[in-house]
Amino acid sequence: MTTPLLEVRGLDKSFGPVQVLHDVAFSAYAGEVTALVGDNGAGKSTLVKCVGGIHPVDAGRILFDGDDVQVSTPRDAGALGIEIVYQDLALCDNLDIVQNMFLGRERRSGLVLDEATMEEMAERTLSGLSVRSVKSIRQQVASLSGGQRQTVAIAKAVLWNSRVVILDEPTAALGVAQTAQVLELVRRLADQGLAVVLISHNMNDVFAVSDRIAALYLGRMAAQVRTADVTHAQVVELITSGRSGELGIAP
Amino acid sequence: MSKLVQDKEAIIAAVQAPSIGHSARAYGERVRGGDMGALPAVIGLVVLCTVFAIARPSFLTAINFANLFTQGAAVTVIAMGLVFVLLLGEIDLSAGFASGVCAAVLAVTLTDLGQPWYVAVVAAILTGSVIGVVLGSLVAKVGIPSFVVTLAAFLAFQGVVLIMLDEGTNISIVDPVVVAIATKNMTPALGWALYAVSVVIYAAVQLTRARRRAARGLVADPFSLIAARVGSLAVIAGLAVYVLNLERSRNPLTISLTGVPIVVPVILALLVLWTFVLRRMPFGRHIYAVGGNAEAARRAGIDVDRIKIGAFVICSSMAAIGGIIAASRANSVDPNTGGSTVLLYAVGAAVIGGTSLFGGKGRVLDAVLGGAVVAVIENGMGLMQYGSSVKYLVTGSVLLLAAGVDALARRRAAAAGLR
Repeated sequence: MTTPLLEVRGLDKSFGPVQVLHDVAFSAYAGEVTALVGDNGAGKSTLVKCVGGIHPVDAGRILFDGDDVQVSTPRDAGALGIEIVYQDLALCDNLDIVQNMFLGRERRSGLVLDEATMEEMAERTLSGLSVRSVKSIRQQVASLSGGQRQTVAIAKAVLWNSRVVILDEPTAALGVAQTAQVLELVRRLADQGLAVVLISHNMNDVFAVSDRIAALYLGRMAAQVRTADVTHAQVVELITSGRSGELGIAP
Repeated sequence: MSKLVQDKEAIIAAVQAPSIGHSARAYGERVRGGDMGALPAVIGLVVLCTVFAIARPSFLTAINFANLFTQGAAVTVIAMGLVFVLLLGEIDLSAGFASGVCAAVLAVTLTDLGQPWYVAVVAAILTGSVIGVVLGSLVAKVGIPSFVVTLAAFLAFQGVVLIMLDEGTNISIVDPVVVAIATKNMTPALGWALYAVSVVIYAAVQLTRARRRAARGLVADPFSLIAARVGSLAVIAGLAVYVLNLERSRNPLTISLTGVPIVVPVILALLVLWTFVLRRMPFGRHIYAVGGNAEAARRAGIDVDRIKIGAFVICSSMAAIGGIIAASRANSVDPNTGGSTVLLYAVGAAVIGGTSLFGGKGRVLDAVLGGAVVAVIENGMGLMQYGSSVKYLVTGSVLLLAAGVDALARRRAAAAGLR
């Protein structure tokens, strides 16, 4: 069996007296989409924030490509090639697509911004993701649709030779056609060899694109299974009660 | 083979470069979408000038044209600094009296301490920077709303000015260099030389930029558009220099009065400097980012506090320069320097020019255009012999109108799906 690109073992995390994650194990493989599911408050976002270096972990190991790593700041995560696309996308409406993609990591030549190089790199990344829906990459993000914004946020994450891309509910606010577009993009990322983690509440999305499903239940990992081996109903049961037949947390 | 394909693509991109008509259409779309930029200010300027020119023919004389620059210079410079703070969605109500404090520092350093003009000017600007650091830190680090911090400073600085001027005396400024800043003119030849150099540099910058982008296969401005831009700048600036170089003395035999006022190149240099900082440097990009979405900027690794403090430092330092210009024009500093209408005119200038009070949108050029509108109102109303009452009423209405246009433009943009 191949080594997971990103692996978490025995992760504990508490906020004050509330323990949010109990001994969580989680793996994501290169070239695969791993769906991370769970009810509200199950700990999905906390797990992602621990991996992204936003929350320090109380106990447990994070392994990257089989090696133990310390992720204590978002910069550490970025250096490893872990990028998180948050639900609110974190885009600046008043800047254009290129400016947003390079925000905080602008290319410069001397004192000034190297606009030409940034524009070329952004263009290359977007066409590499087969994004053709935007009119001009010098368009203000304010003028983009929800799906296009999601695309820009994902392209921003991919721009930095990232190896793990974590998407927090990328389709939650999208219509049917745009959801299909974004899911196609998610699939393409995995096909390009990235490890993609997809947080979603939508079973249709999960079954449409994921290779594996990891279900969290009240801060514990209920099960990690191959998507092909389970049914909708089983996953819903794992989410709502933590177990489904043989699978899940022992009672 | 792939190299060939790339070259071919580059050629296609170059051919498809937007035409001048395309640019005009894109601009029209932006305006209809609620992003009017400086358009209201330009239209307002044209309307006001026409009205005043008809009502008072003396409005169009060379001497009055020159007066417009010296009258509006201090407010314009303060407004240019305010743009940085407004871009963050913050406000600096103390900029007016900050300019008063810095002018007082200038006066005290020149007279009581007997220092040369350059020491006094540096001291005044440094004072402005320190004020900016304090205000910015209180806003960014402590987290007090900028409205309250600068309102407190607005009150406190009046006291500081009074203390420095011994409870209300007037310090006159006699240093020839400082006095020259806002009262003397360049020689006509120097004016034309500066004009030629500015136009050539502007054209060269535009052309090299377009050529470089075209060479890399990126969308570049077409030559026709650049020619139109450079041409209109050359015509308008040329006309201005020509008029300013006319003899405007009432009695040319005893005293000759010609040339571009020295404040013009001062404002021009500040405009170029700050436009460069905002448009071409990472710091400027980050100011727009923080004004657009501070949380996104923070997550992108931008030090939001540092950006905020930087903006306040620029604002207060520009206020210091405005104070120096005001002191130079009045030949003196008194407790009311930078007081009364200065701050509100400066905020008005920035907003009338198209800078949004909601942050994230605005240019330094806006402050100059808006400053021109404010100066024209002030000057024209004066010529028509209206009292202060009417001037205040009109300027207040114009400010309200500009802020209203800003707010409506945002709603329009939201309705058009642009936000």
